[in-house]
Amino acid sequence: MGPETLEAKQKAAIEEILKAYPEKAAKNREKHLGVGSPNDENQKTCGDVRSNKKTVPGVMSQRGCAYAGSKGVVWGPIKDMIHISHGPIGCGQYSRAGRRNYYIGVTGVDTFVTMNFCSDFQENNIVFGGDKKLGKCIDEIEVLFPLNNGITVQSECPIGLIGDDINAVAKTKAKEIGKTIVPVNCEGFRGVSQSLGHHIANDAVRDYIFDGDMSHIDTTNVTPTEYDVAIIGDYNIGGDTWSSRILLEEMGLRVVAQWSGDATLKEMALTPKVKLNLLHCYRSMNYISRHMEKEFGIPWIEYNFFGPSQTIKSLRKIAAFFDESIQAKCEEVIAKYQPMIDAVIAKYKPRLDGKTVMLFVGGLRPRHVIGAYEDLGMEVIGTGYEFAHDDDYKRTKEEIYRSTVIYDDVNEYELEAFVKKLQPDLVASGIKEKYVFQKMGLPYRQMHSWDYSGPYHGYDGFAIFAQDMDLAINSPVWAHSKAPWEKEG
Amino acid sequence: MQEVEKIVNGKDLFKRPEYAEVLANKKQFESSMLAINPAKVDEIAEWTKSWDYREKNLAREAVTVNPAKACQPLGAVMVALGFEGTMPYVHGSHGCVAYFRSYFTKHFKEPTPCVSDSMTEDAAVFGGLVNMKEGLKNCAAVYKPKMIAVSTTCMAEVIGDDLQAFIIAAKEEDKGEFLPEEYPIPYAHTPSFVGSHITGYDNMMHGIMSQLTEGQKGETKQRINIIPGFETYIGSLRSIKSIVEAFGTDYIMLGDHSDQWDMPAGNYEMFSGGTKLDDAKDCINSSATISLQKYSTTKTMKMVEKRWKHAGGHSNPIGLKGTDEFVMKLAELTGTEVPQKLKIERGRLVDAMQDSYPYMHGKKFAIWGDPDFLLGLVSFLLEMGAEPTHVLCHNAPNGWEAEMRALLDTSPAKDSLNVWAGKDLWHMRSLLFTEPVDFMIGNSYGKELMRDTGTPLIYIGFPIFDRHHLHRYSISGYDGALNLLTWITNKVLDQLDEDTKQIATTDYFFDLVR
Repeated sequence: MGPETLEAKQKAAIEEILKAYPEKAAKNREKHLGVGSPNDENQKTCGDVRSNKKTVPGVMSQRGCAYAGSKGVVWGPIKDMIHISHGPIGCGQYSRAGRRNYYIGVTGVDTFVTMNFCSDFQENNIVFGGDKKLGKCIDEIEVLFPLNNGITVQSECPIGLIGDDINAVAKTKAKEIGKTIVPVNCEGFRGVSQSLGHHIANDAVRDYIFDGDMSHIDTTNVTPTEYDVAIIGDYNIGGDTWSSRILLEEMGLRVVAQWSGDATLKEMALTPKVKLNLLHCYRSMNYISRHMEKEFGIPWIEYNFFGPSQTIKSLRKIAAFFDESIQAKCEEVIAKYQPMIDAVIAKYKPRLDGKTVMLFVGGLRPRHVIGAYEDLGMEVIGTGYEFAHDDDYKRTKEEIYRSTVIYDDVNEYELEAFVKKLQPDLVASGIKEKYVFQKMGLPYRQMHSWDYSGPYHGYDGFAIFAQDMDLAINSPVWAHSKAPWEKEG
Repeated sequence: MQEVEKIVNGKDLFKRPEYAEVLANKKQFESSMLAINPAKVDEIAEWTKSWDYREKNLAREAVTVNPAKACQPLGAVMVALGFEGTMPYVHGSHGCVAYFRSYFTKHFKEPTPCVSDSMTEDAAVFGGLVNMKEGLKNCAAVYKPKMIAVSTTCMAEVIGDDLQAFIIAAKEEDKGEFLPEEYPIPYAHTPSFVGSHITGYDNMMHGIMSQLTEGQKGETKQRINIIPGFETYIGSLRSIKSIVEAFGTDYIMLGDHSDQWDMPAGNYEMFSGGTKLDDAKDCINSSATISLQKYSTTKTMKMVEKRWKHAGGHSNPIGLKGTDEFVMKLAELTGTEVPQKLKIERGRLVDAMQDSYPYMHGKKFAIWGDPDFLLGLVSFLLEMGAEPTHVLCHNAPNGWEAEMRALLDTSPAKDSLNVWAGKDLWHMRSLLFTEPVDFMIGNSYGKELMRDTGTPLIYIGFPIFDRHHLHRYSISGYDGALNLLTWITNKVLDQLDEDTKQIATTDYFFDLVR
């Protein structure tokens, strides 16, 4: 099939899908669906899709909220702090330990990531306000969890609606207990998706870690070096940051901080002294990276550690910022892993070659994993983001290889319809969609949680990625859907 | 570095020496105490096991740590998915709906349809009427449900949106294009800051039953309504139906999600099974209604008993006694003998209980979960001679504590059996250290308790994310009790083997026959 007919087919699919909507909704959704073309210079974003706009009501969007972006993504993985879900009980319970932010620590004693702390609002807290209760929560935490290095207050919807002043409570209590207390106004109704939550959380990092009183955190044992870097926007899902960190250290860099997978307050406090910020998830942490550039003069670069082609490119890009010794070591690292990668590709590419994938994920993955699939001979024929902005879709254009369906904030109905029309060999998205496609007999991988496997970052991660994609696509279970007595067709 | 013939994922990858080095090296940049002073961590960890800590922990008044409850709309979504072709619709911001869907999906390993009308800041200021008008229209157009069941998030509740008025307005504006006048859109206000997920279940069930039956009152039919409650065991719904069917009586199960969350492979349809809407409209004309979860249906049953004057009441068919009571209630309501089929099932269960009793007798259990679940499970433990040392109900409604206390007081070990109403799983952690038990029964949140205290966990409850297919089984009826007996006894036996498997030291007791 030539690219022209492919593009025509893709455009027809979009047109068909839009027919199900009432007029107003169709008009809206039309702007979020498109066919991305790598060579079309007229396309301002990939597929000219619009993004970061309000979700059409009533359509089963896959999006989350600002609280999810702040507590669930940015702050939650900081392991030596306690994150209070401030408001009713549900938000913290539904999001507890679901994201696989790996960390080392004694949970409940010096680290707290997989736990759920909540102020459990009752009706009287809504009526009379919850500031007093919040203060008391902080007091009780100090008694029962004395090794915490700080507390964040993650606001749920009611907080901003009932006029509570969590900032004042945080200020008073921080002075009282002498630790960092961060109020985050990340109420779920703010913004159109989790994206604003990332931004709000980034701003809170700026205000309370960079500009805050950090005298309770001893950083004196770390003397800055010329080779200090920080990993920004990697949440250590299934250990991703560790399998990235190892490569950076092997090439002679010193990783001072991880933001925020397996992170501690000290690492974040040390970051303003690094020489270069390495930004993995641009969407969720570009704000703080830009701030550090402006405020502390730290340059930042985006990198991609999914799949060897992108990993090699990124390693060289990073090394180029440093001296020749680093560049030489970078080449050594690349050479060291090449035989392993060659063997992985030799083993799995024949089993996956020519297979097609449709993606729908958050953050950076809708574009970053394209190369990893291509390394295995697979092709991504449709991709989209839950909560991206224009700059993400601009970047996506550089990653696609030919005409690709692009869907922003795709909903259950559209994704199902696209999959039925485009017939991929694999769908890779989140937990909510997983069983829809498995029922249809389609191999599926969760690309938020790595389906409880991973890590997928770095060279070691790519081997696991390849193995997992093979496991999904070539499992015998998909052939069982049709009973032997059912007729062909 | 990975070996290509033996690629390992995170379970083994980070045990490799090169990663051990990376992790050790990272410590110099860390502020968590394990990196600074491991002895201090040990000291505090030890202290958390003490009576001193227990007292301070139990004295907590404000902060909840590791809860064992969720919020109202979750229960409302479950109710909606138990009705034929019904889309749960949550009026509020969409983050909540993403959470409900993923929470249920992680438990059932099944899709969970549910929409929201994506309210944002402007709705917070001006109210969510515009969202509701558009949302209902889009939902009806795109997914074509037979009914839309509307509940609320706390955002909509705080700003005080009026569901009834909004739904009428939405229909008026739509002028019958997608939302004709007769299109059923029942609703319930489900504020997250009142009660828990079982309260939301009650409110939505009440909403659907009261609103669908408006103007439907006619002649009473000899028929029994069954309301299962917040039931997360698919097999339980089937056990209950099989018991009722054994009596040959007409019945309606109100809120039957057993097909929705257990769809066969091969094809995906958004909706499957559920209470027929015609049945739901006619349920007011049944002669009796039995609720299988008293505390999940308080408001609903008040309407049924006071206004509808139905016979029935509640029943809790978990364990032998609970099932006996349910069966006798059906015999009474239908005026028939207990069917032979059930007599045989009961006999088999009792036979199995008498085969296995030595292994459960006298064993101490800690257990947590929803109020009715606990009443059923504790009753079963007592029937086996076990000792439910700690019974914890985070979302205990009024009256539950006294009822549970009365049940525990029937045990010879009553003085050492404790009820913990309104407590959370961090409280439970303390209790497991100061007054330890042999086994825990609970949901996946018990996993960290298992790790921290070494108490073996028997997975019974909701949610269960990290063990597969248990929800497909029944815990209700005689067959369900047999499942409970099997799971608990075999865990006791697994542990016995675990405790005796040391070669040449304890393995004389590692018996082949138990």
